[in-house]
Amino acid sequence: MALRLLAHTTRVRAAEAAARESARRSDGTGTDRRSHPRSDVRPGDVLLSTRDLVKSYAGPDRDLPVLGGVDLDIRDGEIVALLGRSGSGKSTLLRLLAGLIAPTSGEVAYRGTPLTGANPGTAMVFQSFALLPWLTVQQNVEAGLEARGVPRRERAAAALAALDRVGLDGFESAYPKELSGGMRQRVGFARALVVRPEVLLMDEPFSALDVLTGQNLRRDLMELWADGEFPTRAAVLVTHNIEEAVTMADRIVVLGSRPYGHITAEFAVPLSHPRRRGTADFDAVVDAVYRTMTGAPTAVAPVRPAPAPGLRTIANAPLPAASVDGMAGLADLLRRENGAADLADLAERLGLENDDLLPLVDGLDLLGFAAVDGDDLRLTLAGAEFAAADVRTAKEVFAAGAFNVPLVRLIVTSLRHSPEGTLRAGFFRDLLAHHWTGEQATRQLRTATDWGRYAELYEYDADPQEFRLAPAEA
Amino acid sequence: MTNSVRSARARSGAAALSTRRAGFPWVDLVVGAAVLVVLYLIVRVGAGTDVSFDPAHPLTVDTDPANLPYDAARSLLRMAVALAASTVFAIAYGYAAARSRRLERVLIPALDILQSVPVLGFLSITVTGFIALFPGSTLGLEAAAVFAIFTAMAWNMAFAFYQASRALPGELDELSRDLRFTRWMRLWRIEAPNAAIPLVWNGMMSMGGAWFFLTASEAISVVGEDQALPGVGSYAGAAVHDGDLGKIGWAILTMVVMIVAVNFLFWRPLTAWAERFKNEQAEAADAQRSFVLDLVRAAHWPRYLGRAGRALTERIGRAARVFGVDDRQLAPQAARRRAGDLVFGFAVAAALTVGLVSLLGYLHDRTGLGVFGEPLWLGLVTLTRVVALIVVATLLWVPVGVWIGLSPRRARIAQPVVQVLASFPANFLFPVALWVFVRTGVGIDVGGIALMALGAQWYILFNTIAGAMAVPTDLREAMDDLGVRGWQRWRRFLIPAVFPHYVTGGITASGGAWNASIVAEVVTFGGTTLTATGLGAYIAEATGNDDFPRVLAGVAVMSVYVVLLNRLVWRRLYRLATRRYALAA
Repeated sequence: MALRLLAHTTRVRAAEAAARESARRSDGTGTDRRSHPRSDVRPGDVLLSTRDLVKSYAGPDRDLPVLGGVDLDIRDGEIVALLGRSGSGKSTLLRLLAGLIAPTSGEVAYRGTPLTGANPGTAMVFQSFALLPWLTVQQNVEAGLEARGVPRRERAAAALAALDRVGLDGFESAYPKELSGGMRQRVGFARALVVRPEVLLMDEPFSALDVLTGQNLRRDLMELWADGEFPTRAAVLVTHNIEEAVTMADRIVVLGSRPYGHITAEFAVPLSHPRRRGTADFDAVVDAVYRTMTGAPTAVAPVRPAPAPGLRTIANAPLPAASVDGMAGLADLLRRENGAADLADLAERLGLENDDLLPLVDGLDLLGFAAVDGDDLRLTLAGAEFAAADVRTAKEVFAAGAFNVPLVRLIVTSLRHSPEGTLRAGFFRDLLAHHWTGEQATRQLRTATDWGRYAELYEYDADPQEFRLAPAEA
Repeated sequence: MTNSVRSARARSGAAALSTRRAGFPWVDLVVGAAVLVVLYLIVRVGAGTDVSFDPAHPLTVDTDPANLPYDAARSLLRMAVALAASTVFAIAYGYAAARSRRLERVLIPALDILQSVPVLGFLSITVTGFIALFPGSTLGLEAAAVFAIFTAMAWNMAFAFYQASRALPGELDELSRDLRFTRWMRLWRIEAPNAAIPLVWNGMMSMGGAWFFLTASEAISVVGEDQALPGVGSYAGAAVHDGDLGKIGWAILTMVVMIVAVNFLFWRPLTAWAERFKNEQAEAADAQRSFVLDLVRAAHWPRYLGRAGRALTERIGRAARVFGVDDRQLAPQAARRRAGDLVFGFAVAAALTVGLVSLLGYLHDRTGLGVFGEPLWLGLVTLTRVVALIVVATLLWVPVGVWIGLSPRRARIAQPVVQVLASFPANFLFPVALWVFVRTGVGIDVGGIALMALGAQWYILFNTIAGAMAVPTDLREAMDDLGVRGWQRWRRFLIPAVFPHYVTGGITASGGAWNASIVAEVVTFGGTTLTATGLGAYIAEATGNDDFPRVLAGVAVMSVYVVLLNRLVWRRLYRLATRRYALAA
């Protein structure tokens, strides 16, 4: 219930931004699909839909959900961004839409028909491009048509036209490895578009590119979309980049990861294209999304959010993949900013992706060193002390903070109760396995090892895979 | 999109194309003539494989050195046919194992065991069947010889294809299903190219190892009579029998020429060509180069052939749509699947039980099950030889290999030489070694170790060189800078650095040594025959006497030894190597 309320409020906020925007907007929404081979669909018709979609992977004693109960409609004429941090199941959701993996329960339907195999109405653009290195650019683009049994001449003509559209004519006989990353992804787009899918699925298509190349490609694609030259009726974009989502999407679906992937909020973005960041409306949407993603819907600033013991457990407070160096760097930066900084601003100035920045934010939060306060990240007293301290003192402050972290505390207390002062990593992995997948458990243990070593709380011996109390602690 | 960018790119693309076409006006002639000569030779030499044959009248070899070119061509043809068969087999077997969860459970352990069965064991067990297949013609013998060579080549190639298919990048699998590739397209557009490099390199290694079995496969004992097919192997065998060192010299020379020529004309171009299947983002700096490949690429008419070929593959691809589309059912019926597993498991178990019971019954009737006792004990003796060989070869060749590999100049000179040495069939040198043994009074029981080592040791040297070459320069500079030298340098730096490569070489060397024991523990030269105590000699003698139960028992026991040695020693070392000592972390 609270969830729906949250979604509602954020929608309202975005709508306000839109109202301001519409005052000086000249044309329509810019997303009318004007030309498409299939004429039996009207704008607004549902192309893809999911009902109660659950995906889980087998754990040691029960299935661990990565995606729980997702209801989502993709309508004709819209670009939908699935926005979330790593582990929120957004790529899993995209693959479910593509019919590449099977849902554990619930269903995905294309035009009302439940999928039984690969979705016939979609084509995918991959994060890693997934070009076949032994085929030329043209052969790569033709592959999908060849699979459909299109004759050779027609195939070649269609492929050349698609390459022309993405600005790659003249490159048809090149091999992918001769191209730069941006051009390779253009081939990826041409390959997906040439089969004229009704819904184009994009899995973080720009995240393997450098910032400028990504921007350039994004702009070119949005031009094609706005001109109605896209042979698709709708598109789904998976991304962890808020600005990318706001730049491209008509609708942003935010996926949260605790305890498993689900829709936490939805934003409509009724701004016209081309959208420019730095404009007030654009930034308003970005800030609203940011606030949802950092989980700080209120404007109340907690001075020290260190939770009462027992509130955070290893089940609900996973260790983020944050290095001590990274967190120390961020804390130091906040200290120079007089203890607080706007998150979206910070990310942009540092040229950091959310996937890089947010784990550090989570880490500082878990340690009780910083708290998210509206759009801002604010350093706590302990955090300020940590940031200002010399190497030795920083370690002591960190050790005190690390004791707030459920997994670290669990390891230390377990080791103290163990007669030999050593415990196998498998013990903790089993404990974590009740709540997390094997991969997540391993990642968290790696972070815990890193933090514990730095704090000199315990040591870890890689060969027998054992934790041991640090000499000072023993 | 901006127009200026587009047109500029188009021009540079066209320029790149036109430079490729220029130059080499005579190349078309050379390449064309070469192809015609090869075709002519295949027809001429191939005609000799099907002549009438009656087991009662043994075939012999004419040891006139003038026959050697023809013999070499016949041997080469056999190798080529075996290689082609191995490739087809590898793709089919590897594909089946990688695609079917059920078949995988049977095929992969089976491969592990097949790899451990001594090659010569296959020959003696299957030859009668092949002769029955082509009555009254030498084709049966040819087929048996080719099959023996095939068994020396196929297993690791099949394993390479399987492993490459299992390690297929996830997004390529998704791509195939997302674009609804046909199964045929998936095999030829994704899986086969993805496995091409491991397949080519394993094929090259296989062929190198298979030369060793030429002598044994070309001189086959059928119903007590020795039959010899024309070939370099049987020529060498006859020369050894006659005790003619001069003719042995000719055979050795032919062999060296053949190995070098095959490397230059076939493997080098093939490995260079296979570079295009590398799944990497950037162009490699140290790519394989080949003069022959450059020549073929410079010629025009392969391109015209390619155009005709494309029309043909298009047809085949269209016809192969009947194999269906690469898709995975999203909702597998768990009950049906479990029932299928059950039926499959039961069928496999039943087949195995029936086979095992009838085999044991056969052995029981012929000789009693005590037949396994002797080979078990003899296996320990041969095991001692194998272990001694590995230890000595390690102590000798690891330092040498590191010394060579750390210097790019030395490595450039030594690597092709070692490659030829590793391919060279060591049994051609046995007579020379035997002559030394007789002179120096070294017994064959100890000398056998040296004979086995003649073939097996090179794998250790070769891989150690490769390992030393892969040591990053900055690591070496850091060690120099810290003044790490002497034993400490070896213990802390060099040995751990080459360890993973060494283990790979060690596995191959130990497998090769077991295989070699069959020919190295019984050696004949002229009138002299020396026989060592060991499992190899046991199998060799049983084969010579057509004592089928003993051959079976010997081969089975040897396979068990090889599997145990791999499981208990090599696989653990391999795991240690990948976990602790992999440099590419």
